[in-house]
Amino acid sequence: MSQMSSSPVIPVRTLLPWSAAVPVLLIVAYLVTMDSAGVLASAGDFLHELMHDGRHLLGVPCH
Amino acid sequence: MIKDFFLRGLGAGAVAGLLAGLFGFLVGEPFIDQAIAIEEAAAGAGHSHADELVSRGGQAFGLFLATTLYGLVIGGLFALAYAFVRGRFGPANEQALAVTLAAGGFLAVVLVPFLKYPGNPPAVGDPDTIGQRTVLYLVMLAIGLLALGAAAVIHRRFGWVAAVPAFLVIVGVAYAVLPGVQEVPPEFPAVLLWNFRVSSLGLQAVLWGVLGSVFALLSARQRVRV
Repeated sequence: MSQMSSSPVIPVRTLLPWSAAVPVLLIVAYLVTMDSAGVLASAGDFLHELMHDGRHLLGVPCH
Repeated sequence: MIKDFFLRGLGAGAVAGLLAGLFGFLVGEPFIDQAIAIEEAAAGAGHSHADELVSRGGQAFGLFLATTLYGLVIGGLFALAYAFVRGRFGPANEQALAVTLAAGGFLAVVLVPFLKYPGNPPAVGDPDTIGQRTVLYLVMLAIGLLALGAAAVIHRRFGWVAAVPAFLVIVGVAYAVLPGVQEVPPEFPAVLLWNFRVSSLGLQAVLWGVLGSVFALLSARQRVRV
């Protein structure tokens, strides 16, 4: 169960390039959870209304 | 290696998001419908759901879209966090680490903000304060992550005896200092509010629970194959 050293540490240097994925993921999160009106103009309104119930149930602040 | 983790995270996140959507559809949707009925009865004020840019059926589909996209995002971030903490913090066993990290994520990203700024059903919430409420919510979420990180560092040196109180003190101070938000109209049914909030927390619990379990399962499979 707790044999130490079973998982070698991945150096931060190796991890760093993958941090580029973080902003991309956060933009998707923004479109889903935040008031997206204004970002994609009318498409934003549509997405906002489409994902309305999801946003409420995910528990993020809503109107 | 990180690519494997990342794909595993996206896969586990997509499954978690879909199942969370199913939970929301079965458990949460009836409360949203009840709240919308109240909102429409009150009529006029604020953001109307009757304008039909997207039908209610469309919004039920949108629920699955939203939770699946959210699951993918959480899964991707989870995988990168997993790649970082592996071997540094938490259990040495890969599956135990996946489940522990999911529990920690749920605690920091969901439960900590939820207890201070719980989500609201339609008909609750003043549209004019959405910007302020969003900032407070994100600050609370960031403090949850900070408290989790601090607890992980303290745990490694001093164990649970110090890590748990440290987490609680950081979160408790933030709860005491940050302003509260009270926008529930006095006439809004308390039982409906409670049911909605429990279903919202349940949806997140399903999402993080499935994410951790599926990620752990995929770790086990991959190890067997290698």
